[in-house]
Amino acid sequence: MTKYVVSRLLLIIPTLGLLSVGLFAIIRLLPGDVVDIMYEENGYAATKAEMREILGLNDPIAVQYVHWVGDVATGDFGTSLLTKRTIGSEIKQRMPVTLELGLSSFVLAMLIAFPIGVLSAIKQDSLIDYAVRSYAVGGLSIPNFWLATLIIIFGAKWFGWSPPVEFITLRDDPVGHVKQLIVPALVLGGFGWSSVIRMTRAMMLEVLREDYIRTARAKGLANSTVILRHALRNAIIPVITIIGNFLPGVLSGAVIIEVIFGLPGIGRYAVEAIRTRDYPMLQAINLFFALQVVGMNLIVDLAYGAIDPRIRYGNA
Amino acid sequence: MATRESGRETGVAERRAASLASLRARRSRVSVLLGLARQKPLGAFGLMILVVMLLGATFAPLLAPYGYNETDLLNRLRGPSLSHWFGTDGSGRDMLSRVIYGARVSVYVGFGAVAIGTVCATLLGMVSGYFGGVFDIMIQRVVDAIMAFPTLLLLITIMSVLGPGQLNVTIGLGIASMAGNSRVMRSAVLATKEAPYIEAARCIGCRDTRVLARHILPNITAPMIILATLGLAFAILAEASLSFLGFGVPPPAPSWGGMLSGVGRSYFLVAPWIAIFPGLAISLVVFGINMFGDALRDVLDPRLRGGTHNL
Repeated sequence: MTKYVVSRLLLIIPTLGLLSVGLFAIIRLLPGDVVDIMYEENGYAATKAEMREILGLNDPIAVQYVHWVGDVATGDFGTSLLTKRTIGSEIKQRMPVTLELGLSSFVLAMLIAFPIGVLSAIKQDSLIDYAVRSYAVGGLSIPNFWLATLIIIFGAKWFGWSPPVEFITLRDDPVGHVKQLIVPALVLGGFGWSSVIRMTRAMMLEVLREDYIRTARAKGLANSTVILRHALRNAIIPVITIIGNFLPGVLSGAVIIEVIFGLPGIGRYAVEAIRTRDYPMLQAINLFFALQVVGMNLIVDLAYGAIDPRIRYGNA
Repeated sequence: MATRESGRETGVAERRAASLASLRARRSRVSVLLGLARQKPLGAFGLMILVVMLLGATFAPLLAPYGYNETDLLNRLRGPSLSHWFGTDGSGRDMLSRVIYGARVSVYVGFGAVAIGTVCATLLGMVSGYFGGVFDIMIQRVVDAIMAFPTLLLLITIMSVLGPGQLNVTIGLGIASMAGNSRVMRSAVLATKEAPYIEAARCIGCRDTRVLARHILPNITAPMIILATLGLAFAILAEASLSFLGFGVPPPAPSWGGMLSGVGRSYFLVAPWIAIFPGLAISLVVFGINMFGDALRDVLDPRLRGGTHNL
C-alpha cells in the first residue's frame, strides 16, 4: 500500500508542474492588443508600461515564472484588477456558494439517481428500465442553460416564481436560502443524474452476470438477499468513480447555472473575470478548480487502492 | 446429347444460382440496413435526425422562408402562425429561418471540431501508445494536466485567449476534446499492438511508420468513429453553451446557443417561443447523435458493450 501511495503521489508532481506552466502561459499568450484594451478601455492602468508592470510582464520569463509559482505556493494569488482586493479573499467569499450548490446537487444525485440506476438494472428490459434509459439519454442531450431558462420563463408565467435578485445568506433567512438553492441544484444535478444512472445501471448489470450471483441464486437465496447482500456490495465500489467524475461536471455546470440564477459563486465570477478582462483572477480561478480536480482524483485513486487490492498490487 | 442437355442444365442452374446469389447479396445489403433499423430503432432514428440536420444546413437558403437577419419591425414578437411557424423575435426576424440557418453554425463548428480533435488525438494516441517510453509518459502527463480543468472553464479560458468567432470556437473545441480522445485512442493502440499480426508485420521487416499506417490504423477505426460521433454531440452542445455565455459565435450569426442569450432574454417572458425552438433544436440534434453513437458502438465495437458508457 505504501508503494502504491508513493507512486500515486509522485505522479501528481509532473501534473502540477505542467498545470502551473499552462496557467502561467495564459497571460503571456494574450495578444498585445488585448493588453492595450485592458488599460485603454477597462482602465486598469494609465499607460501600457504600467499595465505590463502590473501583469508582471517586464521581467525575463523565467523570473516571472519563479515569482508566480512562489507566490501561489505561499497562498498569494495576487490582486484582482477589477475589485483591487486580494484574489484569495474574493475566492473565499464566493467559494461557499459554489460548494453548497455542488454538494447539494451531488447529494440529490446520489439519493435519487443511484437507486434508480440499480432498479433499472434489476428490472432490465422492463417498462421501468426503458423509461429510465430514455430519461438518462434525454438528460444528457438537453442543455442545462435551456432547461434553466425554461424553468425561469414558465416558473414566472405559471407560478409567479422567479429567482430572487439578491442572494439570501443562510444566516439571514435559512428557509429562503434553501428555497433559493433548490431549483439551481436540481437543474445542475439533472445533468449528472443521467451519467450516474447510466453508470450504476451498467455496473449493476455487469455484477449481476457474475458467477457468484448465479451461485447465490442456485443456493436458493431470496431475490432480495441476492441483490442486497451480494450484488449491491460489489456494485458499490464504482460509486467512487462516479464521485470522482461528478466534480469536474459540477464545476462546469456551476459556471452556467450561477450565471442564469444570479448566484454569487465562483463560476459566475469566472465569466465576469473574462468579460472584464481580469486575467489574474481568471488564472487563479482556473488554478483553484484544477487543484480541486487533481486532489479529488488523488483521493479517488487512493480510495480505490484501499478498497480493491487488485488495483493496489496491479499498478503499483 | 445427354451430356449437352445436362451441360445446358448446369449452365442454367449456374446462372440461376449466380443471379440468386447476387439477389441475395443485394437483399442482404438492404436487409442489413433494415436489420439495423429493427435491432437499433433508436439508433436509426438518431441517424435520421442527423441527416435531417445536415440537409437543413446544406439547403438552408432554399428551405428558410426568410433571411436569418431579415428584420420586420411591424411583426415583432409575433407568436407562431402560418406565415411565421416558430414566431418572430424582438427585431421581427423569423425564428424558423434562424433555427434552420443555425444548423449551419452547428454543422460547421461540430464537424470542424471533431475533425481537428479526432485527427490530432489519433496521431497523438498512436505515437504515444505504439512507441511508449519517455515520450508516452510525457504526453500522458500533459493529458492529465489538461483533463484537470473542468471542460467549460477550459473552453472559456481558451476562448478568452483566442477571442470569439466561429473558426476560433471550432479550434478551441478541437483542442479541448483532444486530450481525452487521445487517451482513448492510446488504449486502443495498446490493445492492438500486442496482436500476433502486428508481430508478424514486424517480423517481415515492416518499418514502424508502415506498421502504424497499414496495420494499427485500420484496426482502431471503430473506436475512432465512435469517438467522432459522440464528439460531434459534445461539440454541438459545447458550442451552444459557449455562444450562450457570449464567448462563442458572436451575433448576428444565428447560433442556437446565442439565440438563447443576450438582448433576447428580456423578451422571453412575453415571447417564450424565442427560447423554446432553438433549445429544442439543440436537444433533438444532440439526442439523435447520442442515440446513433450508442448504436454504432454496439455494432462496431462489441467489446465496449457492457462497459461504463453502455446504456
